Amino acid sequence: MNRSAPERVTATVSRAPGTTPLGQAAKFTVLFVLAALFLLPMYVLLVTAFKPFDEATAARAWLLPQSWSLQGWAAAWDALAPGLWNSVQMVVPSAILSAVLGSMNGFVLARWRFPGADTVFTLFLFGMFIPYQAVMIPLQQTMVEAGLMGGLFPLILAHTVYGIPICTLIFRNYYATIPHTLIEAARVDGAGLLRTYRSVILPVSAPVFAVTLIWQFTSAWNDFLFAVFLTGPNTWPVTVQLNNVAGSMVVPYNQQMAAAVLASLPTLVIYLVLGRYFMRGLMAGALKG
Amino acid sequence: MRARCTQLSAAVLAAALLASGCGDDGGDGTEVEVFSWWTGGGEEAGLDALIERFEQDHPGVGFVNAAVAGGSGTNAQAVLEGRLQSQDPPDSFQGHAGAELQDYIEAGYLQPLDDFFDEQGLQEAMPDQLTEQITYEGSVYSVPVNVHRSNVLWSNPGVLEEAGVEETPETLDELIGALEAVEEETDAVPMAVGAQWTVDHLLESVLLGSLGTDAYKELWEPGADWDTPEVTEALESFGQIMEHTQEESAAEDWQEASRRVSEGEAAFNIMGDWAAGYFDEIGATAGEDYDWAPSPGTDGTYMWLSDSFTLPEGAPNEDVARSWLELVSSAEGQDLFNPVKGSVPARDDTDPAAYEDSAYLSDALSEWQDDPELAGSFWHGVTVGNRWKNDVDTAVGLYLGDGDLGTLQASLHEAAQAE
Amino acid sequence: MSPHVAQAGAGTEGRPRPRTPGRLHRMRVRARTWLPGLLMVLPSILLIGVFVYGMIGWNTSLALSDQHAPVQDGSFVGLTNFAELWQESRWPAAVGNAVVFTAVFVGGALFLGWFLGLMLDKGLRGEAAFRTLFLAPMAVSFIATGVVWRWLMNPAPAERATGLNALFVQFDLDFLVNDWWTAPNMGMAAMALPAIWQLSGYIMALFLAGFRGVPEELREAARVDGCSEWGVYRHVVMPQLRPVTLSAVIILGHMSLKVFDLIIAIAGQQIVADVPAVYMWTTVFEVRDPAKGATIASYLLIAVAVFVIPYLVWTIRKERSEGR
Repeated sequence: MNRSAPERVTATVSRAPGTTPLGQAAKFTVLFVLAALFLLPMYVLLVTAFKPFDEATAARAWLLPQSWSLQGWAAAWDALAPGLWNSVQMVVPSAILSAVLGSMNGFVLARWRFPGADTVFTLFLFGMFIPYQAVMIPLQQTMVEAGLMGGLFPLILAHTVYGIPICTLIFRNYYATIPHTLIEAARVDGAGLLRTYRSVILPVSAPVFAVTLIWQFTSAWNDFLFAVFLTGPNTWPVTVQLNNVAGSMVVPYNQQMAAAVLASLPTLVIYLVLGRYFMRGLMAGALKG
Repeated sequence: MRARCTQLSAAVLAAALLASGCGDDGGDGTEVEVFSWWTGGGEEAGLDALIERFEQDHPGVGFVNAAVAGGSGTNAQAVLEGRLQSQDPPDSFQGHAGAELQDYIEAGYLQPLDDFFDEQGLQEAMPDQLTEQITYEGSVYSVPVNVHRSNVLWSNPGVLEEAGVEETPETLDELIGALEAVEEETDAVPMAVGAQWTVDHLLESVLLGSLGTDAYKELWEPGADWDTPEVTEALESFGQIMEHTQEESAAEDWQEASRRVSEGEAAFNIMGDWAAGYFDEIGATAGEDYDWAPSPGTDGTYMWLSDSFTLPEGAPNEDVARSWLELVSSAEGQDLFNPVKGSVPARDDTDPAAYEDSAYLSDALSEWQDDPELAGSFWHGVTVGNRWKNDVDTAVGLYLGDGDLGTLQASLHEAAQAE
Repeated sequence: MSPHVAQAGAGTEGRPRPRTPGRLHRMRVRARTWLPGLLMVLPSILLIGVFVYGMIGWNTSLALSDQHAPVQDGSFVGLTNFAELWQESRWPAAVGNAVVFTAVFVGGALFLGWFLGLMLDKGLRGEAAFRTLFLAPMAVSFIATGVVWRWLMNPAPAERATGLNALFVQFDLDFLVNDWWTAPNMGMAAMALPAIWQLSGYIMALFLAGFRGVPEELREAARVDGCSEWGVYRHVVMPQLRPVTLSAVIILGHMSLKVFDLIIAIAGQQIVADVPAVYMWTTVFEVRDPAKGATIASYLLIAVAVFVIPYLVWTIRKERSEGR
């Protein structure tokens, strides 16, 4: 998996001199040690999650379970299920909305520019870096006073708006690679903006939609800050639920760890299955097209 | 300016939504909306018992249980404030009796309940000191439904025996002596505490135990003098106790600290009496796994905190709301609620039989009905408002980092002067 | 900052003022071509204008006011709130913690990410597997990883050790047993460990792309000149990586300054691990002081803006000079 473009050069590079068998062995050793360190937290998560309650103690913490148990998972599922569902209901619309808006913006900013487009783009980009805290108090007050605090709408709105900048960036950088001639041809045919967008741009946009949807899905799913400010017990997404479960030390470790895995599963699965698109989103986050 | 911003962005929102059908001003007395943050455990069960009773007594009235938050309950505050500000109050809401409600009272969001107290004879039914301590500028604004005790010393009999501590410590010096004995004779943690706030909790009990009830109460008068030798002495005791706490406390919460006591990993813990409910929950046996006493130096004083219900100005169903308050203030209502919640009733004339099932509660109730001295808990919002409370919390947090009692005292003094 | 910026953005709606009738006509013609584009972006301009810049403006006005309780009105007090924060003991301590955290986190993730990138650069067998592994934590929330890291970094001493401390004890490495994040002053260095673990894979990916962006001819030329493989990196590849490094620092830095989730998940609200974002949360939710909360938020914004704005300006200028 993860066959991203840069990888294609590896075939030539690997023949480069200077990579002795000994050097290779040393490299592998270092990498395996690092991999083991990286896996350590994941090991603890999984191992503890599969332990029955009375085995999830300090003394046996690092050992494999003596008897594998789903007890922790069941309890975690009960505690998290409403949150998982809230997250799905919140993440899907906001990912789609940001992606659609981002695609429209990206097209215009790359290929159908208007006076001041650069300023708009810069202001959008800065929006990508703004700490949520800087808008949190007014946002919360607005939602409270508009009487919207009971539902998921405030959170959907927040994630949609804060997803626009990165989606715009990703789409714009992608559309900038579409040859001018294609668009000019459409214009000569008398196609207006909408038709050009629909007939020339959209058909080639599928991979970028995948990138932005995944990116938005992941970041909205993993968000905690907007969620604590903008939701209540009935609308808590999974991160807040998880923090409530794990935040109190009363909950046994097996259940805490199982809950942490459950809450991360959707994004992890997407990462493993669609890693290529995930990577592109990451790279775009670094303003690299 | 703020209001304008709000209208503007709210307008944009409404436009974006193409809908904004909120704010029914209702008020035909067919329902009553009560706002609380009891959403789990004994609290929720207690509330449910009250609701059931209320619906029996008032057929035809829908009870809207607007329980908004469990756990941290933070958004509940924001939602409540928003509704009060936009003149869309619930019919009643829950809050800690005392200073925590001050902001609302000053903003004019709450109706005084003096007439209600007279009507229901609550001045007689509740201890004078209690009604006195929840009176703000001559009026009461909320109806207490229960009382929790903050100054309880929990101990593990087995560990104390092993350490050769025969008597439960009655003074702070005795406590410190016992802590040293436990440190020397056993492997147990002498005094279990948890995250920062449990140290605040410990501090209030130490202050009360060292200074006495009257001097403790004076500490929470705005502008109080904390720069006294007595406070220095109290803080020294506090410092000595803190030397016997476990290193990993910051990574634990109160339940973990209490559990250490009932499981014999620790000798003592100072925590409110909700710990008794927790001990029940984890199957610990009173007298065997854990024991209790007033925290050292505070015998005869009930350091209290209380959940109470209010009547907001402009409550849409005021009459029904008053019947709700009637229920929660009645002996019957309080005896329905408290045994489940794990607290004693705010009235001192209720039926002890209702509390017989719990060794701790029946003991606590007999103390409560025995006319104890009352002192409000600062940490749980009785004596000070949020700002002062938070200043103390910060001072304690910084002390945990640098261990400097002098700085602690100076910042506590400063916090009192700032009010 | 901001209300002005927002207007500047929105100002593009208005057509530039024509001076001559001829121009007017030309403008009209041209507007007919660009106006639909503007309309297409307009929803986003409005959303961002109101919910980003408008809210920032409102937040700023709140920070400049004395509205110290949610239920009261405020009036303009200038920079009083901004100055007062520095006079207390909590704020400087929180800033200090954030600085320690940022230094360790940015330095650590940058180094580890670079190192991992270097290791994987030369088309290793199993490269994809390693890369997938190192990047995986990035897909998970701090709240979730905080659960396991809080357990791993349990500060209990040797006799009651759990987590990593227990592992150290088991392997007779008792000297490694430590207080982790609960240590005053340097505890924030430990707090940075989970963040490093989570983000260094990302930095690795950035560097990997950077390494591979260096044309092979350049490397080859250096080799021909007698450079060792290390020399090729040192003199040819590294200088080409400055933009990537800068991006990485900006990304890590802006995450680090506003770090919140991780701290809440591991330490909750305790002074020992206090940072500005947590302080703000306490101020808003517990003290319920909007003006002060907004002030802290403004400081966070300023801290981020100070290095993000130059970076953005630089990037966009560079892009333009490269002629798009």
